[in-house]
Amino acid sequence: MSKAGLEINNLTVETEGKIIVKGLSLNIAPGSIHTLMGPNGCGKSTLCLALTGHPHYTITGGNVVLNGKSLLAQNATERALSGLMLAWQHPISLPGIKISPFLRQVVNAHRVARHENPYSVSEFIQHLRRLMQQLDMKTTFAQRSVNDGLSGGEKKRLEMLMALLIEPKVLILDEIDSGLDIDAIKIVAQQLKLLAKAGTGILIITHYHRLLDYIKPDRVHVILEGQIVREGGNELALELERTSYEAISHV
Amino acid sequence: MYKTTKGLTKSTVREISGYKSESKWMLEKRLAAYTIFKQKKMPRWGGDLSPINFDQITYYLKATSTKGRTWKEVPTKIRDTFDKLGIPESEKRWLAGVGAQYESESVYHELKQEWRDLGIIFEDTDTALKKYPDIFLKYFGTVVPATDNKFAALNTAVWSGGTFIYVPKGVQMTIPLQNYFRINAKGMGQFERTLIIADEGSSVSYIEGCTAPVYSTDSLHAAVVEIIALKNARVRYTTIQNWSNNIYNLVTKRAVAHAGATVEWIDGNLGSKLTMKYPSVYLIGKNSSADILSLAIAAKGQHQDAGAKVVHLASDTSSVITSKSISGNGGRTSYRGLVEVSSRAQRVHSRVKCDALLLDEHSRSDTYPTIRVKNQTASVEHEAAVSKISEEQLFYAESRGLDAETANTMIVNGFIEPIVKELPMEYAVELNRLISMQMEGSVG
Repeated sequence: MSKAGLEINNLTVETEGKIIVKGLSLNIAPGSIHTLMGPNGCGKSTLCLALTGHPHYTITGGNVVLNGKSLLAQNATERALSGLMLAWQHPISLPGIKISPFLRQVVNAHRVARHENPYSVSEFIQHLRRLMQQLDMKTTFAQRSVNDGLSGGEKKRLEMLMALLIEPKVLILDEIDSGLDIDAIKIVAQQLKLLAKAGTGILIITHYHRLLDYIKPDRVHVILEGQIVREGGNELALELERTSYEAISHV
Repeated sequence: MYKTTKGLTKSTVREISGYKSESKWMLEKRLAAYTIFKQKKMPRWGGDLSPINFDQITYYLKATSTKGRTWKEVPTKIRDTFDKLGIPESEKRWLAGVGAQYESESVYHELKQEWRDLGIIFEDTDTALKKYPDIFLKYFGTVVPATDNKFAALNTAVWSGGTFIYVPKGVQMTIPLQNYFRINAKGMGQFERTLIIADEGSSVSYIEGCTAPVYSTDSLHAAVVEIIALKNARVRYTTIQNWSNNIYNLVTKRAVAHAGATVEWIDGNLGSKLTMKYPSVYLIGKNSSADILSLAIAAKGQHQDAGAKVVHLASDTSSVITSKSISGNGGRTSYRGLVEVSSRAQRVHSRVKCDALLLDEHSRSDTYPTIRVKNQTASVEHEAAVSKISEEQLFYAESRGLDAETANTMIVNGFIEPIVKELPMEYAVELNRLISMQMEGSVG
C-alpha cells in the first residue's frame, strides 16, 4: 500500500546520455523535514529537475509516487498541480511579466485544481499582502517583473512567497539559502516550519549548515555520485560540518 | 446609400469631389494627384501587392446620409457596430472627443464642451475643409505631398473622411481624442485623411482604432496622416490596427517637429493581410525629438511590413525607435526603418532597438534597417535581436502549475509589455485578449 507524501523508489535519471542519478530512494512523509546534502555535481539539481518534469532530464528507471499516484506519466503542469513544488536554485527571469498577476494566475490554477473558488483580484491582493508581510517584503515588490532584475536574495524570497501561496504537498528547496542574509534565513526557516506544521513535506537541499541551525531536519541524507550514501538524524549534518563528504561516505 | 461605380477614372475623382460640393482648389488637388497616381509604379519592395486590382475597388461609399453629434442620430445598424466595439462607452468614461467613420464617411463626431471652449477643433476632415479653410489649405499636403508615393497620390485623389485636429497655442489636452475606422462593405477602399496641427506649446494625444469583418473579397485601406507639431508642442498618435485578414493596409504617416517639439507614434499592427506602414518624423527644429514604438503581430497569412523613419534635419535632436514583432503560425514580420542625419544637424542622438519573437519554425522575421549619417557629431545606435520563447521560461512557468498555452501567452505578453504599458488601459486589456486569441492552438 502506498503511503501519503512523496516516495522516490530506486530512481535513475539520465541527461545528455549520462546517468546522473543512480537508483535513489527517498520518502518524504507529510509534515516531515528532510535535508539532502552532497558536493557539487553529485546529482542534487538533476534530481530536482527530473522530479518536476524538466524535458532535458529522462527518468529511465524507478518510480516517483505522490500521495499514492505515480508522477511519471504526468507533465510538469500536472505534477505541480498534484502538489509537488520545487523552489529553484536559479529562478528564471520572465521579463515584462509582473509578479502580482503572475502569482494570481499561479495560485488560481492550484485553487481550481483543488476544486476551490479562484481568488478575485481583491481577495488575492489581501492574501498576497499578508504573506509578503510574513516574509518581510515590501508590497511594491509585487509590481516588479518575475525574477527579472531581482537580486539573488530577492529571487529566493519570491520562491518562498510562491511556496506559501501554493501550499504544496511536497516542497523541495534547491539551495534556498544561497543569496540570503542571516535575517532572511531566520524568516525562511520559520515559514518552513509553519508549512511543515500544516502538513507540507519538505526536502531542503543545501551545502551549508546555516539554515539547519534554525530548522532541525527530521532526517538528513547524504548524496554522492547519484546515490544516497548515508542517512541519519540532525547529528549527521553536524558531523558533515566537521569533516568531508568523502570521509563521511566511507564510514 | 451612395457609391461610385467600381474602378477609378478622372470622372470618379470629379464625382467624389462634386458629391462633397468641394471648392475648385480641392478638386484640382485631387485631379493632379490622380495623374501622379496613374504615373507612379507599384512599389516593388515590402510585401506582395500584385493581388490588388484597382478596377475592382469601390472608391467611395456613403452608407448613410446622416451624421450625428449624438449616438441616437446614428442609424441603428451602424450604431450597433460601434456599440459592440465599445466606442460610446469609452467616450463616456475616458475620452475628450470621439469620431466614428463607417466606410467613406464620418457618421459621428463630437468633442466635449469643456474642450470646445478652449478653442480646440476636432472634426472630420471633410467638415474641416468647409469650416476652417484657412488652416486646412495652409497645411494640407505639406507633410505628405501626393508625389510621395503611389498610395499617397491615390489617397489625395479620392480621400474621404478622417480626422482634423487643431489645438491652439498653449492648450494642453490632458485626455485623449479618438477616431474609430470601420470598413464593413466588400471590395471597398477606405481612404481617410488625417491632419493634426498642434500649435506652439500645446499638447494632444490622439488614438486611432480600425476593424473590419472578414469577407472573401480583399479590401484596401490607404490612409494618409499628416502631423504638424509647432514650436514646443507635443503630439502622441496611437494606432491599434486590427483589420481583418483580407485588408491591404498601406498607410503613409508622417510628422514634422519644429523647435523643441516632441512627436510620439505608438503603432500597433495586429490585423490585415499586408501592412506597409512606417510612421515617420522629420525633426526640422532644434531640440525636437521623436519617440516611435512599433508593434507588429503576424499570424497565418499575414505580413506586417512595419517600422519607422526619423530624419534629423536640425541640431540637438534626438530619436528613439523601439520595435517589437511577433510572428506565429507561419506569419511574417519585417522591420523596415530609416535613421538619417543631415550634414547640418549637430549633436544628434538616435537609438533603434528591434526585438523579434518567433513562435515556430514556419514563421519569419526580417530586419531592413537603413542608417545614413552625414554628420560626424552624431551618435546613432542600432540593436536587433531575434528570439524564441525560451524553453526554460516556459518550463519555469509550467512547473508552477500553469498550462503550456497560458505560459506561452504570458511570455508573449511580457515580451510586448514595454509597448503595451504606453497604451490606454482599455487598449492594453484588449490587446492582451487579442494575443491570447491568436495564441490559441499555436501550442503543439
